[in-house]
Amino acid sequence: YTHSLQDLRQAAVASKVFVQRDYTSGTICKFQTKFPAELESRIDKQQFEETIQTLNNLYAEAEKLGGRSYLEGCLACLTAYTIFLCMETHYEKVLKKIAKYIQEQNEKIYAPLGLLLTDPIERGLRVVEITIFEDRSIGSR
Amino acid sequence: MLDGRRAPRRMKNREYQQIDPQALATPPPRPPPEHMPKRARRKWEVFPGKNRFCCDGRIIVARQSGVLPLTLALIVLTSGLFFIFDCPFLVEHLTGCIPAIGGVLFVFVIISLLQTSFTDPGILPRATPEEAADIEKQIDNPTGLSSSYRPPPRTKEVVINQQVVKLKYCFTCKIFRPPRTSHCSLCDNCVERFDHHCPWVGNCVGKRNYRFFYTFIVSLSFLTAFIFGCATTHLALRSQGGNGLVVALQASPASALELVVCFFSVWSIVGLSGFHTYLVAANLTTNEDIKGSWSGKSGNEDVGNPYSYNSIIKNCCSVLCGPMPPSLIDRRGFVPSDDSVQTRPVEIELPAAKNDINMEKDCLDFALSCAG
Repeated sequence: YTHSLQDLRQAAVASKVFVQRDYTSGTICKFQTKFPAELESRIDKQQFEETIQTLNNLYAEAEKLGGRSYLEGCLACLTAYTIFLCMETHYEKVLKKIAKYIQEQNEKIYAPLGLLLTDPIERGLRVVEITIFEDRSIGSR
Repeated sequence: MLDGRRAPRRMKNREYQQIDPQALATPPPRPPPEHMPKRARRKWEVFPGKNRFCCDGRIIVARQSGVLPLTLALIVLTSGLFFIFDCPFLVEHLTGCIPAIGGVLFVFVIISLLQTSFTDPGILPRATPEEAADIEKQIDNPTGLSSSYRPPPRTKEVVINQQVVKLKYCFTCKIFRPPRTSHCSLCDNCVERFDHHCPWVGNCVGKRNYRFFYTFIVSLSFLTAFIFGCATTHLALRSQGGNGLVVALQASPASALELVVCFFSVWSIVGLSGFHTYLVAANLTTNEDIKGSWSGKSGNEDVGNPYSYNSIIKNCCSVLCGPMPPSLIDRRGFVPSDDSVQTRPVEIELPAAKNDINMEKDCLDFALSCAG
């Protein structure tokens, strides 16, 4: 009965849940780990929190101030920032990692439960959008 | 049956249905228009803000380019006069380094100016209708207000670094603005870490292009001071040979023009650079400084900038050398078609691949209709 990512295409969207940003640590990209009530019947709280926490850690890695980012910044400044035209920044590399992680999570965990995570970058890093699909076979569980 | 002509072109020609209508006796029944868009549109074409885009979305400018052409003209003209009139004389009498230094500074100035003007300053895309509805639900609105009455401004409070920060709701973008974000009325966008809208540059200065802006004004200060110094030296050297200043001015009137332009610019530009150096060191934005957000004007001594690292070096490094955040508006991505549910979470990569899938489907439809 488990859905695959392709099956979701035919399923109807029941509702969407939005996990908002957590600004208590400043302007860095971090999402709230509070478990939304609408997902209670669908997924394990632990699992959800783990996903969000991993995402937060990945974004923290992208925005980390450290030797590597300073090196990139100084090098960029010296070349009058023209290297941004040809080189992929560290942030972009981590964004690709994040996209892959979300794809994985969707395939392995969320799609079988009739849920779908949307990559926050498609929502301007404002929210993690979780689409809840109508699960017609929920009675058979 | 497919006729002998070449198979429909795939990537280049997006207007697929124009191909080979004569080969068929009657045009094949076309599926409803939503399933076969004439041309997949890129997101910049449907962008709601007041920006303009060039080079198929690669370059973004504010709607009013302000006085950017004037800025460019002034810089190019003054530098041009410097290179043409002052440099030959100074190379002869002083050193050949002068045009070299001038050249490097000029290149830095122009490049950073163009980058400041054409880079997305950190625009926040507007909320999707579902997001906006979700936020509306969460805001308590018990009395049935009519749609013409605007409810009082909504704010949310958040504690950052032991400071209470108020997040305001933006009615245009339908989001609660993140901290340090402000809505620019000229560009009609919310911009992250909004500093100010600079008419000289023709764009907002925000999170993503602040470092370019800073580089621009600092290198412009050096360039202006340098040209000023060289023009003065030039005139001084010319008038030394017992000829007097008037003769020197007649011999090189361009230098006089440069002097005037640089004299008036150097004060404002150097002043501006100094001000922004202070802002960088304190990790403040012009917007916050002007409003006095953290200056404790309300009498509360505990008010301080919660975003500052309390170390000048760390502030400078984080503002100028920090990681370069990506553009959130994805100008060159394709507008998703409305009929299918977005099942592919990774839409931002490979818009070309998406086009391919459409093409494949269309090829199949076409082949079937020919065979049938």
